[in-house]
Amino acid sequence: MSATTRSIPSLGDLTASRQASVETDGPCKIEADRLNFFYGETRALQDISIKIKPHLVTAFIGPSGCGKSTFLRTLNRMNDIIPGTRAEGKVLIDGSDIYSSGVDVVQLRRRVGMVFQKSNPFPKSVFENIAYGLRINGMAGSKSELAARVEESLKQAALWDEVKDRLHDSALATSGGQQQRLCIARALAVRPDILLMDEPASALDPIATQRIEELVYDLKKKYTIVIVTHNMQQAARVSDYTAFFWLGRLVEYDRTDRIFTAPTQKLTEDYVTGRFG
Amino acid sequence: MTRRGFEVVIEWGLFLCALLSIGTTVGIIGVLTAETIGFLEEVPILEFVFGTEWTPLFAMPHFGVLPLIMGTVLVSTIAMLVALPMGLLTAIYLSEYSSEGLRRVVKPVLELLAGIPTVVYGYFALLFVTPLLQQFIPSLSGFNALGPGIVMGIMILPLVSSLAEDAMRGVPRGLREGSYALGATRMQTSLRVVVPAAFSGITAAFILAISRAIGETMIVAIAAGQQPRLTFDPTVPVETMTAYIVQISLGDTPQGTLEYRTIFAVGMLLFIGTFGLNIVSTWLRERYREEYA
Amino acid sequence: MSGTAPLTFEGEGASRIAWRRRFDVLFQVVALLVMVVALICLGTLLWDVISDGSGRLSWQFITGFSSRRASQAGIWHALTGSLFVIIVTAVLAVPVGVAAAIYLEEYGGRSVVARIIELNITNLAAVPSIIYGLLGLGLFVRMMGMGRSVLAGAATLALLVLPVVILSTREALRAVPRSLREGSYALGATQWQTIWHQVLPVAAPGIMTGLILALSRAIGETAPLITIGAVTFATFAPDSVWSPFTVLPIQIFNWVSRPQTDFHANAAAGILVLVALLLSMNAAAIWLRDRYQKRGMA
Repeated sequence: MSATTRSIPSLGDLTASRQASVETDGPCKIEADRLNFFYGETRALQDISIKIKPHLVTAFIGPSGCGKSTFLRTLNRMNDIIPGTRAEGKVLIDGSDIYSSGVDVVQLRRRVGMVFQKSNPFPKSVFENIAYGLRINGMAGSKSELAARVEESLKQAALWDEVKDRLHDSALATSGGQQQRLCIARALAVRPDILLMDEPASALDPIATQRIEELVYDLKKKYTIVIVTHNMQQAARVSDYTAFFWLGRLVEYDRTDRIFTAPTQKLTEDYVTGRFG
Repeated sequence: MTRRGFEVVIEWGLFLCALLSIGTTVGIIGVLTAETIGFLEEVPILEFVFGTEWTPLFAMPHFGVLPLIMGTVLVSTIAMLVALPMGLLTAIYLSEYSSEGLRRVVKPVLELLAGIPTVVYGYFALLFVTPLLQQFIPSLSGFNALGPGIVMGIMILPLVSSLAEDAMRGVPRGLREGSYALGATRMQTSLRVVVPAAFSGITAAFILAISRAIGETMIVAIAAGQQPRLTFDPTVPVETMTAYIVQISLGDTPQGTLEYRTIFAVGMLLFIGTFGLNIVSTWLRERYREEYA
Repeated sequence: MSGTAPLTFEGEGASRIAWRRRFDVLFQVVALLVMVVALICLGTLLWDVISDGSGRLSWQFITGFSSRRASQAGIWHALTGSLFVIIVTAVLAVPVGVAAAIYLEEYGGRSVVARIIELNITNLAAVPSIIYGLLGLGLFVRMMGMGRSVLAGAATLALLVLPVVILSTREALRAVPRSLREGSYALGATQWQTIWHQVLPVAAPGIMTGLILALSRAIGETAPLITIGAVTFATFAPDSVWSPFTVLPIQIFNWVSRPQTDFHANAAAGILVLVALLLSMNAAAIWLRDRYQKRGMA
């Protein structure tokens, strides 16, 4: 095929594809089992099955509208807020299905934290932004304990030095990159196991992006991180495993170096080499 | 209490507060119906609705409500003759022509006009407008339908203007541009394209204005008079439905009597009329939103 | 097409262009005239009231009570009555109205019940105020036995302003960005925690602006309070929620209705006091809204 013709693969190509097998031995933090997700009558995710390992960074890549953000949001049931949505199949975290009845969604979201594409600090002080999560979850007793945990979270997010003298100033008075790290600190304060990041650096300049990526690399020692990104170079830099989504299906999931150098699916190869998307 | 239990209690509490608004409507209908039924037990409904004399307090009482309805219709018609054209013209100008500077003057003036308490308008109608009109119409009586009608029109003008303007702003730019591209002037585009396109919304505005005029009380209570009369003449005193209710409420009519019940019967008619108009207006506005949303 | 010949209008419709332009100008003139008329009416009204009433304004006028002699009559009973009634109205209407708005905006969604409630509120907002007076008379004064008291009047006004409070509170809640709520949910907050700690504080100035505007409308209401039996002659200021009362607009109405012209001056002066009260309330609302807009920009 010449470089000038860009053939957009059709769904017919996909039905013949197989999902690559990944080393599925070893502990598995998050598992999806034939997950289907619907917005009303429209099916946004089809038969997603994946096993995500702990203490690693897993990246979801794919073109716009492929379902990677939708899938990310099923992992902390953030889609429940949107009316008319419905999930079929299972999502297991540490072996338990989070979609079974009787699951406390509020508790789930404490354990599975999320950082959004556009940073959304509360219109309060830096300190109060972090303290909010602790207070509503009843996680900090005395004032000194609260202050200590706020400091701990800000240090984890590599933001402490920059804001330690401005803790009680408005959070909105910080730069875009700082606001995003604040949101990360806020999410970390409630001590989740898993951190979901939905294109966290897409609204930031290259230097701020680099700091976020360094942060992600540091954080994976303590947390399991899933990051959605439309920037393939970022996925290659930052992640250990990569999952490629297309039109609501999981096409390939493998170690990052294999996805980018020797993918088994033609669709994956076309995407990562820039033939489409 | 568990956190979940607390959330459920909160949600129920909020829901009950929202339900209270239904309670208001139920209360209105209930109170009016109960007293009207009591009234109709003593006064045959045909006499009430079709009778032409309203003298409930006389020794020989008559309970025909047509004079009151006529008074209301007369004053409201005069008000609408003032408010509807002027309001629509203002809306067209503000929506299709005006510059920022003019809007910044006109909009606050309209808001002020809308915010003046009706008792102030009543004062103005009785003590300024009527004497002024008497200069031109010497036979104009001190209490009449013309003065309060005109003043009511001025009061309702801002309502018509803002609702009609909203309706016209909802018309997509593409329609206007298509018209201009054919060489139409602004007036032609406004009158032949925008206004027809916004027709349901503008009609809804008009109907709401009529409803407002019918329900208005203080201007007519002060300036229109207390003489129920079946007439088309705007220069003589009349009494509207609303002014009648005020008249009885100010007096010493004991509760539970037939005279007391008359205000509820009249109120029932008033409610049915305005409620019907409001429903039509809301339906028109919904339909309009579906067309262009 | 050559570029040197001037553009002429030829063919169909050419002769009509000038006419159409003239109509356009005529239309604009007429519309402007209409607006000038409205402006003149407003100006005349204000001038009339001021010239009739400013002579009567004095400290004695404000602190005096009713009297059979016009020159000795004052408005203290009516002024205190108005303020008292409005405060009780606010106490009754605000919690219920804000709660109802929160339910409809945050919990109700698109359920059938919520839709019915919304429709009902829209209709109630357009019901004539005197009908509320009849409701108050039948329900509060008689059935619930409150008599012709401040409480009955305030309850009636509370029902009257409730639809407006609910509608404006919903607007304020809607203006709070979704990202704020999502950020809170993502931390494991419950719906109520999110509303109480995040949404309400941000929406508060907008809610208060709406409240003040609703209450400023209520202060000018006359008809419903006449219907439930507010008095028109009083030599006392109301001292409890159970006492009889009157309000400023009713006193004005009473004076206007008297044939003697001395009382007309009193009415005008009373109007000036009422308008001053309204202006200060509206100014407070506008100040709040401006401060709110500056914060919201961040």
